[in-house]
Amino acid sequence: MLTKGGLTLLFTMIQFDRFTLSNGLRVLVHPDSATPMAVVNVLYNVGARDEDPSHTGFAHLFEHLMFGGSVNIPEYDEPLQMAGGENNAYTTNDLTNYYIQLPADNLETAFWLESDRMLSLAFSEKSLATQRKVVCEEFKENYLNKPYGDSWHKMRELAYQVHPYRWMTIGKELSHIEKATVQQVRSFFYKHYTPCNAILVVAGAVDTERVKQLAEKWFGDIPSGTLYERNLPVEPVQTAARQLTVKAPVPLDMFCKTWHMVGRKDRAYHAVDLLTDILGSGASSRLYHALVKEQPLFSSIDCYHFGSNDPGLLTIEGKLVKGVSMEKAEAALQVQLQKVIEEKVTDNELQKVKNKTESMIAFEDMSVMSRASSLAYYEWLVDATEMNQELGKYEAVSSASIREQARSIFREENSNTLYYLASK
Amino acid sequence: MPNRTQPPPIVDAVAYQLTLRPLERATLDNGIPVYMMNAGAEDVLQLEWLYPAGNSFESQNLVAATANFLLRNGTRTKNALQINEAVDYFGAYLNRSCYNEQASLVLHCMTKHIDSLLPIVREVVTESVLPEDELQLYCQNMKQRLEVNLRKADFVAGRLIDTYLFGVDHPYGKFSSAEAFDALDRSTLLRFYETHYQQAQPMLFVAGKIPAGLLDQLNRFFGDLPATPLNCPIHAIVPASTKKYRIDNDKQGMQGAIRMARLFPNRHHPDFIPAQLLNAVLGGFFGSRLMSNIREDKGYTYGIHSYLMNLQQQSAWMISTEAGKEVTEATITEVYREMERLRNEPVGEEELLLVRNYMMGGLLGDLDGPFQLMGRWKNLILHGVDEGYFYKTIDTIKHFSAANLQELAQRYLRPEDFYELVVI
Repeated sequence: MLTKGGLTLLFTMIQFDRFTLSNGLRVLVHPDSATPMAVVNVLYNVGARDEDPSHTGFAHLFEHLMFGGSVNIPEYDEPLQMAGGENNAYTTNDLTNYYIQLPADNLETAFWLESDRMLSLAFSEKSLATQRKVVCEEFKENYLNKPYGDSWHKMRELAYQVHPYRWMTIGKELSHIEKATVQQVRSFFYKHYTPCNAILVVAGAVDTERVKQLAEKWFGDIPSGTLYERNLPVEPVQTAARQLTVKAPVPLDMFCKTWHMVGRKDRAYHAVDLLTDILGSGASSRLYHALVKEQPLFSSIDCYHFGSNDPGLLTIEGKLVKGVSMEKAEAALQVQLQKVIEEKVTDNELQKVKNKTESMIAFEDMSVMSRASSLAYYEWLVDATEMNQELGKYEAVSSASIREQARSIFREENSNTLYYLASK
Repeated sequence: MPNRTQPPPIVDAVAYQLTLRPLERATLDNGIPVYMMNAGAEDVLQLEWLYPAGNSFESQNLVAATANFLLRNGTRTKNALQINEAVDYFGAYLNRSCYNEQASLVLHCMTKHIDSLLPIVREVVTESVLPEDELQLYCQNMKQRLEVNLRKADFVAGRLIDTYLFGVDHPYGKFSSAEAFDALDRSTLLRFYETHYQQAQPMLFVAGKIPAGLLDQLNRFFGDLPATPLNCPIHAIVPASTKKYRIDNDKQGMQGAIRMARLFPNRHHPDFIPAQLLNAVLGGFFGSRLMSNIREDKGYTYGIHSYLMNLQQQSAWMISTEAGKEVTEATITEVYREMERLRNEPVGEEELLLVRNYMMGGLLGDLDGPFQLMGRWKNLILHGVDEGYFYKTIDTIKHFSAANLQELAQRYLRPEDFYELVVI
């Protein structure tokens, strides 16, 4: 999942070259001679939101199938490990990202592997059968066999009525994965995993001319595919507060409330992002101080959002101290929200969250892998050059714009509340 | 049109001559050793103060961890919020962690803010008061968190297996409980703080873009402290006599948390380094035998791993996974089958070359960046070995023979030596 941490912002300019192959594959090159390694990052413009509501979990299932052999290469991992490389991938509701790191001497191995699986997967029955089971175990491990593990399933269904953010990347239910057929998998692949729907970033000890040659050689003859036109249902404006109460065998009551917020490309995004930092990031944040320390109502509390492309959810989530009633905890939270609606944040507080953002960027930029995935992300979002504008956008946020966002977000009719109660 | 069935030529990573970038060493006026790794392009720093304050030193359970946690929750002149604000304002992170032999304070910050942050760290290690109300709040919240964690099979399994290996009274085997939190009192914590922080000699590890004059600054803020060296007491290891356990933790559990483990000598034993190579073959990476068989072939689990625990007095060899409830016993059978194969047949040359290349590629990537380099050095220093150990590791990865690996497997991968635990 992309958190703010994934959206690297830069205070030093990141240099890169960019070109497009005739089949529409966009290629970005970010040379960095300080490392002996190379990173090859492929972003596909497909996430859980692009799935058929009756076949959810496919984008994530592909994260597994993509390692099950491609049309000319029976084993993906073995040759990569032989070349001293490692790889992984992640899927969000918006996109899927695959990345390899290996000694730069063996860069071509990464091109060979990545291009063959973009050309076509092997679609073996055996691989699908196994990965269905593996994903089901992942589903159980992370969402079913953990206390509160299903809370986001419930929250998404409460907060979204029509938009496909209604389901999580792992899928709406186990049966969608259990019943996935090779035919369904194949058509999902040819729709989304094509050069014109992908962005390739090559970074590290590489030079642009060599990358151009390799890109032409390995990706140049892959059929372009059809440009995917995303036409998702727009979530209607919420006009009345929604609540859901769940009882489950958990030890503590949990409170989770979300409000609809702007999407990632909105001009107000950076103000909302800093607003969540002021409320709930770190030991000096407002909610932690007021509701965990000063009045011990919550044993833990967080405020966050996922930075999703389409309008997302600003979330406040916490576990209640035993014996504290939901009403009391919620009322105390409301006082804090009222404060951020009515009073401007101080210059000091604003500077604090800006400083935190700046240092987070600096720490993330230490890794060439994170720079590569950020370049792919910004190129996907609007344009990779935007990556170098991000810090400026945070710097420009005023306390007035934060208050304006707090006012527009924290309206009761815009909210969804999940009361997750411990059954006795 | 490239020939896609033919892998591009590779440089075997075993051919690389890796060198460990040297560490600078200095000593403050009072004898505090300072280790410095000046590297990296980003203007960031990581400073770690490592105190002889791990749980090996405590005479009552949880005293070391609690004293460590409360370090930044109040000093003579600042309350917790004021300390947190002072750190957060500069976009810095001041984290603390308690281990078995040592306990640490780690500061991450932009290089430009270091002068503002050193006084805060000094205050925390010299003037903390471990306030009573902070202690009560900490115990309340930790007990609640523990209650949630005890519903998780993997958490319960992780605690129990350590107890079987080392004994419930050994620092590596003991664990937290509500009763142990209730038994904590502030005066014991204060005594521990005085002996193990105020009076004790820490080690200091500094990595990143180190500004000129930093050593003078460290001397100014930490060079006048008492800095009494302390030796870590050695506790007797008392392994359990029963080897097999099946625990029913959750009637509705869908997965079993499996742990299989045996005691193993520490890094000073000549078998430790080759065992890491053997471990990689068994379950140390994605292409390992356990992963290939139990995840990729059978789909019993989302992941299965084996590793040698990073412990100073005595290590252990651990296999860890969460598998579907109905296949936990089948999973254990397969693990033993993989051990048996390693005992009975030498690892094939192709597979062994792959593992060697993979490990060397991983090392090359790990040596990239100041924090990673420091991490490697710190590990050598804490285990009391020198850089010769690093070069020995490389030599072993490159040259240790299949016949010797088989002999090692026959010595250590014997089912009768392994503890076996399933928690559902």
